[in-house]
Amino acid sequence: MDVVNTDKNWSDEKLEVAFQTKVDAEQRIEPKDWMPDKYRQTLIRQMSQHAHSEIVGMLPEGNWLTRAPSLKRKAVLMAKIQDEGGHGLYLYSATETLGISRDEMYDQLHSGKAKYSSIFNYPTLSWADVGAIGWLVDGAAITNQIALCRCSYGPYARAMVKICKEESFHQRQGYEIMMTMAQGTTEQKDMAQDALNRWWWPSLMMFGPNDTNSPQSAQSMKWKIKRQSNDELRQKFVDATVPQAKFLNLRIPDDDLVWNEERAAHDFGEIDWVEFKNVVKGNGLCNRERLKARVDAHDGGKWVRDAALAYAEKQKLRAADAA
Amino acid sequence: MDSMNKITENELPLFEVFIRSKNGLDHKHVGSLHASDAEMALTNARDVYTRRSEGVSIWVVKTTDITASNPEDKGNFYEPSDDKTYRHPTFYEIPEEVGHM
Amino acid sequence: MTDNQALFEYLLRLGDNSLILGQRLAEWCGHAPILEEELALTNIGLDLVGQSRLLLSYAAEVEDAGRDEDLLAFHRDTQAWRNLLLLEQPNGDFAKTMARQFFFDTFQYLQFEGLCQSKDERLAAIAAKSLKEITYHRRHSANWVLRLGDGTTESHEKMQVAIDELWGFLPEMFDMDEVDAQLLADGIGVDVSVLKPKWDDAVNAVLAEATLERPEDSWSVRGSREGKHSEHLGYLLAEMQFLQRAYPDAKW
Repeated sequence: MDVVNTDKNWSDEKLEVAFQTKVDAEQRIEPKDWMPDKYRQTLIRQMSQHAHSEIVGMLPEGNWLTRAPSLKRKAVLMAKIQDEGGHGLYLYSATETLGISRDEMYDQLHSGKAKYSSIFNYPTLSWADVGAIGWLVDGAAITNQIALCRCSYGPYARAMVKICKEESFHQRQGYEIMMTMAQGTTEQKDMAQDALNRWWWPSLMMFGPNDTNSPQSAQSMKWKIKRQSNDELRQKFVDATVPQAKFLNLRIPDDDLVWNEERAAHDFGEIDWVEFKNVVKGNGLCNRERLKARVDAHDGGKWVRDAALAYAEKQKLRAADAA
Repeated sequence: MDSMNKITENELPLFEVFIRSKNGLDHKHVGSLHASDAEMALTNARDVYTRRSEGVSIWVVKTTDITASNPEDKGNFYEPSDDKTYRHPTFYEIPEEVGHM
Repeated sequence: MTDNQALFEYLLRLGDNSLILGQRLAEWCGHAPILEEELALTNIGLDLVGQSRLLLSYAAEVEDAGRDEDLLAFHRDTQAWRNLLLLEQPNGDFAKTMARQFFFDTFQYLQFEGLCQSKDERLAAIAAKSLKEITYHRRHSANWVLRLGDGTTESHEKMQVAIDELWGFLPEMFDMDEVDAQLLADGIGVDVSVLKPKWDDAVNAVLAEATLERPEDSWSVRGSREGKHSEHLGYLLAEMQFLQRAYPDAKW
């Protein structure tokens, strides 16, 4: 009969080996399982920033909600934005299983300690931008998220599966907007091309630095937090998107974009990493506005939350008195 | 930590949400949300986790009211299917059509 | 007025109410005080836009003049809109938005409850579908009036101010004019004037429990049925209609 060993008796090395064995065997790590502290911290950072991205992502599209050019478009956009809020919520919820609270995560976002996807620091200047976001930004996000469905951390993987399922209409909605405009009046076509010109490169930047410049990646791959490399995913996205742009008769703003028969993939130009770094640092067109909107909503809404808590407290006391 | 307490001191409590679908047999854990009381948690759960589908049954429970078993046995490293903590959301299985536009 | 003209007018009023309120709620996107509330407000806004689409589409068919839901929504100037003045008022703070919502939800519930019995089958069907949504809207906004009214001193004050500022816009909800009378006589419309006592009871109960004071009935503003709106509607429509007006030959 085996003597049951609790974690307290195992050395960290032993625990880490057992942990890695589990990960290597494609088994899921669950909230109450032992995990290396760095694994936990890496996940908290990645998942919370993913959640922040969904929430901040509501703002560029929300910018056109009151100006949507038909009732149908308005309704669909409203549903999409609602989904994004919901996705943020699932992700905050999943991250909380790692031992951080939502308010702590908000504090990290508002203080600049935590980041969100830089793509949302770009402005939406026309209705075509709404289409471009759905088509390109959601397209890039989906490419990334499919890989994450196989993440080693259970709650994150499951959240990704749920999100992917709901995300299916987001990209379609965006592409349809682009199609309508690309096949519309001259002004609409110009608007669509202009949107593509402005959103193409930032969408490629969503996949992060080149693999050679991504020091975190190796450990994340080992722990199966990351399942495919930045460059792999970026290539996947480009190859899927080029024919879509072709169908729209719109030009992707890259003179170096060309099909490579040998690789059976598209060669494409170099990303402007200076712009990337600048936007990540906080100097994109909308960084300050986006963050201010979130801070204002949260801080400005404190009285509402306090009131709800005060009411709940009063009800509790009344119930106790009545008992 | 003092600063952390300050951040979370007026946080809305956490609730776990369980949904039984229209034709389902039991309530499944779908996730969590923050609300000031059970009534708000219930109406919020409807918005967040049911997207307006009719005929579902929703349970909300304050996270602090849930007692979970402890999976920190040696056995769990080798038989993770034993792990039945409440924090184990049971989402859908990976749909086949994931990956198409 | 022919029966069709009267029905068109009537449907416009219902549809415009839902659309203008839905539009106002859309303004909260990304700015709500709690993430869960963000979803609730968008949910309610989406329900309202959905209602407006059904009602305005039907109105356009009844009018039979070649218009559709979008021509009605994006190409009418303020004088042609029939929404209640209450609904075009700016959102203000969360208390004001919830107060406006509560007053209207309570009314809309009673109105649509009546419309479920309408001899016009299509309108009855729209009302029945909407009533399920409105039941939830009413529960949600009443919950907030309670929590803000009986929350903290600050929230109580904000809610009281909100109620006081909106109070005079409410009597208009219960008016009956010739169009209302005609539709009522035809068994299609609802007598909203008899809804007031029920509405009062529901509202008074919540206000009392929320420790809020019911304002005096000392002032009222009306004019929606004649297209006489407050200055707010012009700005709301300018924003909403911009694209269709700027690119009249474009399809979206």
